[in-house]
Amino acid sequence: MREITMAQAIKEAMSEEMRRDENVFLMGEDVGFYGGAFGVSVGMFEEFGPELVRDTPISEAVIAGAAAGAAVTGMRPIAEIMFSDFTTIAMDQLVNQAAKMRYMFGGKAKVPMVLRAPIGSGTGAAAQHSQSLEAWFCHVPGLKVVMPSTPYDAKGLLKAAIRDDNPVMFFEPKLLYRKKGEVPEEDYEIPLGVADIKREGSDVTIITYGRMVQVCLDAAQELAKEGISIEVVDPRCLLPLDTETLIASAKKTGRVLIVHEACQTGGFGGEISAVISASEAFYYLDAPVKRLGGLDVPIPYCPELEKNVVPTVETVIAAVRKLL
Amino acid sequence: MKIAKKKLLKMYNNMLLTRKFENQVAYFFSMGVMHGTTHLYVGEEAVASGVCGALAEEDQITSTHRGHGHCISKGIDLNRMMAEIFGKAAGCCKGKGGSMHIADLSRGNLGANGIVGGGHAIAVGAALTTQMKKQDRIVVCFFGDGSTNEGSFHESLNLASVWKLPVLFVCENNLYGMSTSTKRSMNIEDISVRAASYGMKGKRIDGNDAVLVYEETKKARDYVQKNGPMLLVCDTYRHLGHSKSDAGAYRSKEEVAQWKEKDPIKILGQYLVDNNYVTQEDLTAMDKQAVSDIEEAVAFAKESPYPEQDTILEDVYA
Repeated sequence: MREITMAQAIKEAMSEEMRRDENVFLMGEDVGFYGGAFGVSVGMFEEFGPELVRDTPISEAVIAGAAAGAAVTGMRPIAEIMFSDFTTIAMDQLVNQAAKMRYMFGGKAKVPMVLRAPIGSGTGAAAQHSQSLEAWFCHVPGLKVVMPSTPYDAKGLLKAAIRDDNPVMFFEPKLLYRKKGEVPEEDYEIPLGVADIKREGSDVTIITYGRMVQVCLDAAQELAKEGISIEVVDPRCLLPLDTETLIASAKKTGRVLIVHEACQTGGFGGEISAVISASEAFYYLDAPVKRLGGLDVPIPYCPELEKNVVPTVETVIAAVRKLL
Repeated sequence: MKIAKKKLLKMYNNMLLTRKFENQVAYFFSMGVMHGTTHLYVGEEAVASGVCGALAEEDQITSTHRGHGHCISKGIDLNRMMAEIFGKAAGCCKGKGGSMHIADLSRGNLGANGIVGGGHAIAVGAALTTQMKKQDRIVVCFFGDGSTNEGSFHESLNLASVWKLPVLFVCENNLYGMSTSTKRSMNIEDISVRAASYGMKGKRIDGNDAVLVYEETKKARDYVQKNGPMLLVCDTYRHLGHSKSDAGAYRSKEEVAQWKEKDPIKILGQYLVDNNYVTQEDLTAMDKQAVSDIEEAVAFAKESPYPEQDTILEDVYA
C-alpha cells in the first residue's frame, strides 16, 4: 500500500469530503494560499478556491463561533485553529455555545462542525504553543474529542468527524504531521469511539494516544527483548471513550499504565484510570493502575529541557518496570 | 415610508404581548412559582417589534439573555414559550433551556444566549451560510451595550465586514450593563461610532419609537443585502431591574420616571390613534386580548407535565 504523511492524510480526508459534500468547507488562519501554518492544506486553495478554503483574520473566537453558527444553519464547517493553545481564546464559543446548543434547545439543533488543531510539544515553540489541553474538552458534554496517532487513523477518523452531526475537537499531534504510514486511497471511515490495539501483548497494558503511541510502541519493542510482553491500546477518541476495549485489555494483562503527553494532574489519564479501577477489571489487577503524564510545568523552551517534560521511551520503560 | 395598518397593529400587538408576558413572568418569579432567574424586556419592546416587523419570514436572528421580546416579535408559540420558562416538557426547548435559552429554529430564531456577546459570532456564521448558499435572507444579531465591550464583538464585526456578510448588528443600548452605566464602561456616548473602525456603516436611533425602528430596519435590511453588515444602535431603557434580584439602587427615580414617560407602547399607541389607524377603544380591546392570550399561555404551561426524568440524558448528542 502507498505511504503518505499524516498531514497528507488529513488533507486527503478534507479534500475528499469537500468533493463529496458541497456543505463542507475549511476556514482558519492562513489555511488558504499559504496552506496552513503546518502546510496541511497546501494545494486545497488551488483546487477549491477562496470561498471553500477561507483565510480568516487572527480571530479565534469568531472562527469557532462562526463555525458553530454556520453548522447550525446547514453547513459542515472545518475550522482550523493554528495551535491548540489558541483554543483558549475560543472557549466560550466551543464550550458554552457549540457544545450546548443541541441540549439547550431541546434537541432541535445540530452542530456538525470539526475544529482541527495541532497539539503537543517538541518543536521548540515553548509554553504557549506546545500544550496538550485535550482533557479540558473531555469535560464538556456535547463535544467529541479525537486524537489520531497514525496517518491511517487520521484519514478515517477525520472523515467520521466531518460526517458527524456534533461538534468534534480533532487534535493533530504536530510532531506526527511528517510521519508516513500506509493509507488506502479509497474512502473509509473509522467510527468515533472505537479503540485500536496497536500491539498485542500479555504482561502489561499501556493505554496511550497521539504522539505517545509511537513512544510506547518503541518502549514495548525494547521490553520485548527481555521477554516482557506489552499490549498498546490507543483509544483514538477520548470522548466518547471505548471503555469496553480498555477494560478488556486490563483484564487480560492485569497491569495498566496510562501514558500521555499532557500534564499528569487533571489529565485524561485520571479518567481512564478511574474507568478501569471502577470496572470488573479491578478484580484482575495485579498492581495499581499507574499514570505517566507530562510533568506539571509549562513546556520549557530549551530543547534539552523540553524533551524530558513529556514521557520518553526511557521513562515509559521505567514506569512499566515498577508495575511488574 | 408608508407602513401598512396591518403591520403596525402586528407590531403594537407584539409589544403588548411582550409587556404582558414579562409582567406575568415577573409576578411568577416574585411569588417563587418560577425558579432560576430571568431578564425582562419591559421598556425595550419597540426595538424587537420594530426590527422583527421589518424582517422577512425567512430572516434569522440571534438573541440575548434579555430575549423574550425577540422571541415574541420573531413569532413563537406563546404557550410553548411560557411552558419553557415553567420548565415543562411542552416547552419550546422541552424544559432544558429556560428563559435564557429559548430558541425556535423553525422561525429563524437561533436562540437566546446566556453569555453576553455569545451570539455575535453565531450570527456571523449563520450569515456565512446565507452567503455561501446564496439564500435570500439576512441575519439580525441582537445584543446589548455591554457586549460591545467584549472581544467577540470586535472579532465578529471585523470578520462580517471583511467578508461582507449580510448581518444587521442591532445594539439595544439600555445604558447599563447590569448596574454599571455605559458612562463608566466606555468613553463614548454614541456606540454606533464603533462601526467606523470596521469600515462599517453605523447609525444611532431612538429605540423607543417603534415606527422609526421599523423604518430604519427596513432601510438597513436593503443596505445589508447589497453591501454587507451594518450596526444599528437603538437607544432604549429597561423599566425593571437587570434580573429578578436587582433592586435598581444605581438608577435615580427621576431617571426611571423620565424613561417611563417615553414608554414605547404609549408612543406607538398614540401614533396609531393620532393617525386614525385605530381608536382608543380599539387599543383597549387589544390590551384585553393580549392579557387573555398570556393567561391562556399560563394555563397551558401550568397544565403541562414536567419532563420525564429519563429525558435528562437525551439530546446531548445528535
